[in-house]
Amino acid sequence: MISMEQNKEGERDLSTEKIPSRLQSFERERKNLIPILQMVQQELAYIPPEAIQMVAEHLEIAASEVYGVATFYNQFRFNPPGKHPVKVCLGTACHVKGGEIIMENFARKLGIQDGDTTADKEFSIERVACVGCCALAPVALVGETVHGHMAPSKVEGMILGFQIEKEKERREKGGDES
Amino acid sequence: MNPDLYDEVRQAFTTLTEEAKNRRNAFRESPLPKIRVGMATCGIASGALETKKAFEDALAEYQVKALLKCVGCMGHCYAEPVVVIENPGFPPILYYKVTPGKARMIVKSFLLDGDPLFEHLLGAMEANDLIPPVADFPRFSREKKVVTEKCGLIDPEDIYDYIASGGYAGLLKAFHMRPQEIIQEVEDSGLRGRGGAGFPTGRKWGLAQSAKGDEKIVICNGDEGDPGAYMDRTLLESNPHQVIEGMALCAYAVGATKAILYVRAEYPLAIKILSKALEHAKKCGLLGKNILGSGFDFEINLFQGSGAFVCGEETALIASIEGFRGMPRVRPPYPVHAGLWGLPTLINNVKTFASIPLILNNGSAWYRAIGTEGSSGTAIFSVVGDVVHAGLVEVPLGMDLKTLIFDICGGIPNKKHFKALQIGGPSGGCLPSDFLDTPIDFDSLKGVGAMMGSGGMVVMDDETCMVDVARYFLDFTQKESCGKCTFCRIGTFHLLRILDRITKGGGREDDLELLEALAQDVQKGSLCGLGKTAPNPVITSLRYFREEYEAHVKEKRCPSGGCRTLTAFYIDLQKCARGCDACVGSCPVEAIFTTRDRKKGIDQALCVKCGECMVACPKEYSAVKKVSPPHLAPVVERHKENS
Repeated sequence: MISMEQNKEGERDLSTEKIPSRLQSFERERKNLIPILQMVQQELAYIPPEAIQMVAEHLEIAASEVYGVATFYNQFRFNPPGKHPVKVCLGTACHVKGGEIIMENFARKLGIQDGDTTADKEFSIERVACVGCCALAPVALVGETVHGHMAPSKVEGMILGFQIEKEKERREKGGDES
Repeated sequence: MNPDLYDEVRQAFTTLTEEAKNRRNAFRESPLPKIRVGMATCGIASGALETKKAFEDALAEYQVKALLKCVGCMGHCYAEPVVVIENPGFPPILYYKVTPGKARMIVKSFLLDGDPLFEHLLGAMEANDLIPPVADFPRFSREKKVVTEKCGLIDPEDIYDYIASGGYAGLLKAFHMRPQEIIQEVEDSGLRGRGGAGFPTGRKWGLAQSAKGDEKIVICNGDEGDPGAYMDRTLLESNPHQVIEGMALCAYAVGATKAILYVRAEYPLAIKILSKALEHAKKCGLLGKNILGSGFDFEINLFQGSGAFVCGEETALIASIEGFRGMPRVRPPYPVHAGLWGLPTLINNVKTFASIPLILNNGSAWYRAIGTEGSSGTAIFSVVGDVVHAGLVEVPLGMDLKTLIFDICGGIPNKKHFKALQIGGPSGGCLPSDFLDTPIDFDSLKGVGAMMGSGGMVVMDDETCMVDVARYFLDFTQKESCGKCTFCRIGTFHLLRILDRITKGGGREDDLELLEALAQDVQKGSLCGLGKTAPNPVITSLRYFREEYEAHVKEKRCPSGGCRTLTAFYIDLQKCARGCDACVGSCPVEAIFTTRDRKKGIDQALCVKCGECMVACPKEYSAVKKVSPPHLAPVVERHKENS
């Protein structure tokens, strides 16, 4: 039994089946390559190898060409992000205010490195160049929410908060069944 | 434009302005109190959404009727969320750091009981007898808001709000002028491109106009990749129509019918607001076919940049729109002659376009009167880092750096001292305090080794290590190098490697000479601005902070304590209070242990040097100390029975 929450977020439909039909709305022109890749990432949260193949066929260019462009830009990722994607800002202001330490704390607490996703698919971390909230440095994003004035203790609290929520959900689920 | 159509165009525009005025008057003359919440990205990050919700709830709960309006950002990021309240009988009042709790209090005490809550307000927006006006603060009085004047006052999602405040009037004026006259006006204003290089805008437009080709393209460069700068984002989020109007004026002058607005995909709110703004402008007949019946066609398409710093360079930006890797190519041919799909293409920055409607409305002489002889107008900076009033600041060019940092932005917080100013992002340089009298303009800054750049300014206090800052920027440019030129690709890699080992205590005798030589080679051997300017942070910090580099290399010591490998934290047992546990919980790695006499010690093997214990240690003890080099930290053995 899956709770409502998971239906909405956790069990995101990550199959590439819907991509071909979405591709039809794009003309077969090279200039659409980046908008298409953005669409794929929007739909699937990352760009799997199958999708690269589909895009290449649609635009009638080599898959390596698509991959080459996709890897050039920072926006695109090639492994699925966690349920709570963490982005740590490492812009200049954040660096001066200790963004590196925040990054390290996330990595240590979650036991993964920059660009990875935890085994339970709950969290992923990545570094971003600048989210443009420099006055709130150091900044971290969890999902779409910006957290300003981060500190190592806040990192711990945040992760603990998510874990407590999950535990609560698990117990409620258990309660439903009994 | 055909003079026969003048009346028709004017009529079409009057219909729009009438509608706009009616809407504005309906809002203004309403007897209800008006609440304006700043809702740009920085406001939302500080909790503006929660604040707005709290206002809505409190208004419903206390049964107070009021008009709630979302506006953009005034640039006071240090004070976000910012709320302006117009309560009949009072001047408009600016409240700062309005938390949900404060919002409830304002509704109850101010709107219901008429107490303006003096302890929570920043000031009144206009002169009056009751409340001190914000204009008394240097943050407001020394600034000169020209381009950002309307930001934070109008609703960015309402085109009529922009029109009612004089928007799109420049377009009407332009239709009565010959394209050549418009270009002349821009040239006379002395406006220089605000993207960083400072090329005269009028001259660029002239080149685009005379370029051969039936189809021409205008591109607005909103690929603000400089880490630490967000002026373009704020403008696009707070007043998108001013940029759109500027683009339309440009297209009319140079004879283009198509434009692309290139915005970073990392700015989702700006993209949302812009899409809406473009749609509204189209609906009002200010974009699309036959604008206002003038016969002038102009359309703007939004393109989301995928995050590559090099795409700020115009030929790389063009390559990315064409669907390729964003790699620059050799110029000439310049984009003005052969740009996007080989067509003549004119590229200007967001702030440049946003200046155009003002120049056309007020005349070139008015614009020229602001700023200095060689650099007219204002500059918008995002001043961040170790500064009290961080945020967006617009000042006339020619103001000195000291006024900007100390008067307007309030100086350095926490009783620390100014050390350096990083200006111009990864392409700029670090300036020490000796240069604080330097006037802010294109030529003066270039003269001292920095550059205007797009407007990022990072203030650093005496705890920032300049070697580490140089390493940080190299790390950024090395990752962002597109890889086309060998010197940029491999040169920056080695610059970074040398800086890396210096900051980790592995610096060699000849490293500084090596850095200098390599930096010059990278400058000479690179094609585009990225490679040409990438060594700037190293060159300027070596020039102005050489003794700091020497301390790292010769003594393996970081004088400002910024390099973590070269520092250590320890607890001064003379100062540590017996039985106090304040630091223990703050340590993320449990490196703090209790000594035999119930004081605390730090296990150096576990410590990650985050400095949290230093923050946590009560002020009256201040027992946590930082030293460099790390071997100076006294060794405190872990208590056996305890472990």
